[in-house]
Amino acid sequence: MTALLIRRLVRVVVVCVGVSLVTFLILQVSGDPVSLIMPEAPEADRAVLRKALGLDQPLAVQFVRFVASSVRGDFGQSFFHREPAAKLVLERMPTTLTLTLLAMVLATAVALPVGIVSAVRRNSALDHVATVTVFLGQSMPAFLTGIMLILLFGVYWRVLPVSGWATWTSAVLPTITLGTFSAPLLLRIVRSSMLEVINLDYVRTARAKGVTEWLVICRHALRNAALPLVTVAGLQFGLLLGGAVITESVFAVPGVGRLIVGAIRQLDFPVVQAGVFMLAMIVVAVNFAVDLLYIFLNPQIRLR
Amino acid sequence: MAVGTLPRPDLVDTRRATGAREGSRAWRKLVRNPSALAGTLILLVVIGAAVAAPHVAPHDPARQSLVRRFTPPVWEKGGNPAYPLGTDQVGRDILSRLIHGARISLAVGVAAVVVSLLVGVSLGLLSGFVGGRIDTVIMTVVDVTLSFPGLLLALAFVAALGPSVLTIILVLGLTGWERYARVVRAEVLALREKDFVEAARAMGIGTPRILCRHLLPNTFSSIIVLSTLQVAQAILQESALSFLGVGSGSAYPTWGQMTALGRDFVTVAWWLPTFPGLAILLTVLSINLVGDRLRDALDPRAT
Repeated sequence: MTALLIRRLVRVVVVCVGVSLVTFLILQVSGDPVSLIMPEAPEADRAVLRKALGLDQPLAVQFVRFVASSVRGDFGQSFFHREPAAKLVLERMPTTLTLTLLAMVLATAVALPVGIVSAVRRNSALDHVATVTVFLGQSMPAFLTGIMLILLFGVYWRVLPVSGWATWTSAVLPTITLGTFSAPLLLRIVRSSMLEVINLDYVRTARAKGVTEWLVICRHALRNAALPLVTVAGLQFGLLLGGAVITESVFAVPGVGRLIVGAIRQLDFPVVQAGVFMLAMIVVAVNFAVDLLYIFLNPQIRLR
Repeated sequence: MAVGTLPRPDLVDTRRATGAREGSRAWRKLVRNPSALAGTLILLVVIGAAVAAPHVAPHDPARQSLVRRFTPPVWEKGGNPAYPLGTDQVGRDILSRLIHGARISLAVGVAAVVVSLLVGVSLGLLSGFVGGRIDTVIMTVVDVTLSFPGLLLALAFVAALGPSVLTIILVLGLTGWERYARVVRAEVLALREKDFVEAARAMGIGTPRILCRHLLPNTFSSIIVLSTLQVAQAILQESALSFLGVGSGSAYPTWGQMTALGRDFVTVAWWLPTFPGLAILLTVLSINLVGDRLRDALDPRAT
């Protein structure tokens, strides 16, 4: 188990370096950052700035510098706001994380029970409705969900705010939007992993012993179905953060996603880099945690 | 009798025949399922619209008219039968724009998948067959790709490279290849020690040929399913990029961009963002239905 842990740890470090490399590349492929910062300056001034930013160094040196400063959380000054890019991102991070977590809770709260019942009562009316909903949900662009909710609750019934993040009521529609974005896949996984275990011998044995159906499902089947679920929940997190970008744009939520989209439009690359890097790091951290959880939850690995 | 030294054309022919029969069986299974049939029909309509857009669109998608702006759909009060789905904020016909918009969505969806396929399949073959250090490197790249929120990465790179259809295709293609690499690698790992590979090698067949002719065909059904579903995903991603304002960069209408522009007018004209959004939903749903049914039809375990 220790060997496995070490392997996982090494992988995390390698992935982090890869994430830095890709983030570093964002600026490189964009052409000349100097002409973005001062488009009309004379060449002499450009050379000074280029030197000040270290852009006259070889790429490898620039990359090492980038990694060194990004580890310290330094992504340089935003081209637009006269503030460090990292600070801008960090200020908005709580909003994005709150939205993502709320959505995840909502998605799980819906997908878990419905998925279980759907698997246990296979081919029942509920199962069919659930399957259709999953298909619809997986084909639904997140922004369409958002706009339909705005139409319904904001324009037609006028009961909920449709933009901003001021009161708890303004979190309702974004949470539902992002929740619907991730619930279908989750539901599908719950259902299929439950179906895989529900007809196994040990579940039948439990039934034969006279264990009540409820206990059979929760204690015997669900615990074994939970392993793939944990992995998927980790992978979902990256997807959710991507969905959060769209959701924040639809509802004008002042989060990291909206910041990045705005920065992209203004070609404010330090902010883009800081935002992409930090969100990717969160995904890496979550997936590492999931890996650990998986190791500890899985007796086949834990007891070896 | 020296049977062993004879080429066995009969074997080859049998295999090909079985392949064809399997294909048509899969096709029959596909059309017998009502939802998959509906999906296929809708897809055909969308593809037809995309191909023949200039001929079937009732109006020029770019023609503006301030007199006609915000014409509601024909069944609403004030609707005009000449503009069945209404007009937008500058009086352009929404139906015509939808028909033209199908082009970019479909082209990007299919082309991105082709890029993913090329990269993913070759890296997967390499990874599985050569193994060792190359395998480690490739699988690490897969891990890195998986840890980025895909949409965000696409967003950043499309912005950095400058928005264009080609950029979107490349970026979506290069962020979606890992599934093929994984499937092909797993399959190659499972098969490379099998007798038929050994036999092929003993006959003096080179590695590239073994990979392409003997190992790759075994992954075809998974690859077909995966790529169908990825087309759906790529269309969704493209629409999200256009929605966020880093789309094709041209004035040509796309569904995502129409939805984004319509969002600002949702309070006065609900049809502006709704119809392009529904077009995306319907197209993606159809592809998903077909893909799911294909999965069932091509899976030999589920008969």
